[in-house]
Amino acid sequence: MLEVRDLTVRFGGITALDGVGCTVEQGEMVGLIGPNGAGKTTLFNCLTRRYDADSGSIRYQGRDLLALPPHAIAGLGIARTFQNLGLFSRMSVRDNVLVGAHPHSRTGFLSAALWLPVLRGEEARLRREADRVLERLDLADVADHPAAGLPFGTLKRVELARALASRPRLLLLDEPVNGLNQAEVAEFATTLREIREEWDLTVIVVEHHMGFVMGTCDRVVCLDFGRKIAEGPPEEVQRDPAVIEAYLGTPA
Amino acid sequence: MSEAIETREKSTAPASGPRPARSWLRFLEPRGHWVWIALAIALILPFQLVPFRVFQLTMVLVYAVALLGLNLLVGHGGQISLGHGAFFAVGAYTAAIMMDRWDTPYPWTLPVAAAVTFVLGLALGVPAARLHGLYLALVTLAIAIFLVPLLKRFEDVTGGSMGLTLSKPQPPSWTGLAEDQWLYFLALAVAVAAFALVAGLLRSRVGRALHALRDNEIAAEVMGVRLAFYKTLAFAWSALLAGAAGCVYTWVIGFVSPDSFTVNLSITLLAGIVVGGLGSQAGPVLGGLFVMFVPSFAQDINQGAPGVIFGLLIIVVMYVAPTGLAGLAGRAVRSFDRTLRKE
Ligand SMILES: Nc1ncnc2c1ncn2[C@@H]1O[C@H](COP(=O)(O)OP(=O)(O)O)[C@@H](O)[C@H]1O
Ligand SMILES: [Mg+2]
Repeated sequence: MLEVRDLTVRFGGITALDGVGCTVEQGEMVGLIGPNGAGKTTLFNCLTRRYDADSGSIRYQGRDLLALPPHAIAGLGIARTFQNLGLFSRMSVRDNVLVGAHPHSRTGFLSAALWLPVLRGEEARLRREADRVLERLDLADVADHPAAGLPFGTLKRVELARALASRPRLLLLDEPVNGLNQAEVAEFATTLREIREEWDLTVIVVEHHMGFVMGTCDRVVCLDFGRKIAEGPPEEVQRDPAVIEAYLGTPA
Repeated sequence: MSEAIETREKSTAPASGPRPARSWLRFLEPRGHWVWIALAIALILPFQLVPFRVFQLTMVLVYAVALLGLNLLVGHGGQISLGHGAFFAVGAYTAAIMMDRWDTPYPWTLPVAAAVTFVLGLALGVPAARLHGLYLALVTLAIAIFLVPLLKRFEDVTGGSMGLTLSKPQPPSWTGLAEDQWLYFLALAVAVAAFALVAGLLRSRVGRALHALRDNEIAAEVMGVRLAFYKTLAFAWSALLAGAAGCVYTWVIGFVSPDSFTVNLSITLLAGIVVGGLGSQAGPVLGGLFVMFVPSFAQDINQGAPGVIFGLLIIVVMYVAPTGLAGLAGRAVRSFDRTLRKE
């Protein structure tokens, strides 16, 4: 489904990604680990066309991702969440989720201004779908609340809901349980496993929380200083001496 | 699986709370009743006030339409424009030139003024969409500065510094209205139509895309929002509304001259929407009141330095009501509603 080859990204003197390659098969849940500054978020930013690659290629369902503009990514079924939350703070939770459905609607300025029947039909459909996602993630009660001011754990779920509203095939989660308490982490892991089945998702998840990664991922890729240092089943990677050294050698 | 979801949805639908019966009116929510109350008052006022007051309210409506456009761009789209007076002027001059040169019946000048300013907004919106913050402020300011000499330069068409004097729209006899009342209702009709259009925009996918790029551009783009497209069109629609307001201004005043559309107008408009309440439904109306009354009020207080008083008033309002007058009014209305409900 996804094939990253020889990807290199530099920022001035820093090489954030150094010849990284990996493939992800349809339906897999892949964990992406590595100490802070390893280049995990940078890889996500390349996949969503936030950053340009200096060299290398990314193919997604046979398509060259690097040739596409950033706004086209969502329409291909790639959705992501952000490490430090990227919500629309003044919009309601429901509207945040509705923005997720943006690629699946057509209405332009004129038909919206005139509130044409086309738009009304589309709007009703979008709201139905958004309500379904909100209900699934237990967000129906806060749907009309502005995103700003809600508890952190709730906001993490809102971000997931927004990503799901875009009907993704490939879901990229950047540290989804960072900052959550133990109970919330367990709950999130369960939800994620269920949702992955229900929506037939392929997932790449960046996480430091080893328990979470062990419990949810089929396979783990470890980055360190922009290079892939290990890849394989979670238990194996966890025992890999290079991985242990990377984590111990760098203050997290 | 989809069947299962469908059936589940049907079974839970009645439980999900009462649906508003008149769903097409939902764009007026929250507090839709206040819109109807305001409209009722607006319909009664011209029969209760002296012509000069009616004229003043007409101008409030004209400014409100321009501010509606500015609000779309600044309050909802998170952009800035220090040059909306220029679009207002282009709309005004389009109407004036059509009426002066070709004796065009005035109703026709409105769609043309709207179209001209829309195209102009589109042309300027393309580069504007690439600019941020202060850069955008500076470029739009330059447009406003540029316009006055341009109007003076093309004297044959614009009448130069002398401007153009036109005859005002006359009330059809069947209405039985006086001229000031007729002009008021023309302005009211345009304002109501403009408010309905913008309300439709804002509660649709388009409004959400604008809000999204205002709140978080990066996330909006990841969600598939084409930033340049939305910014450019927001600019163009915003220009269109300012142009429509300018056109009605020409009808109401019956006179245009370059000195009515200096940079001051652009700055006063921006101050008006910030004071009125950025991103709120009532903001443009409250801002219109501000633009109409505060500068002349400042003039009355101190002939020598109206600018000083005007500036001080802006500072005071922003200090007392940081979310604008609409925020203040919203709080008052909410507590009023609560009191009503208790009784
Ligand atoms: N926009 C940027 N400009 C400059 N340096 C960056 C930028 N984004 C990331 N980096 C650098 O790239 C490296 C990898 O960062 P990142 O991908 O965020 O790491 P991780 O997500 O694995 O913690 C870091 O050294 C970081 O400072
Ligand atoms: Mg990161």
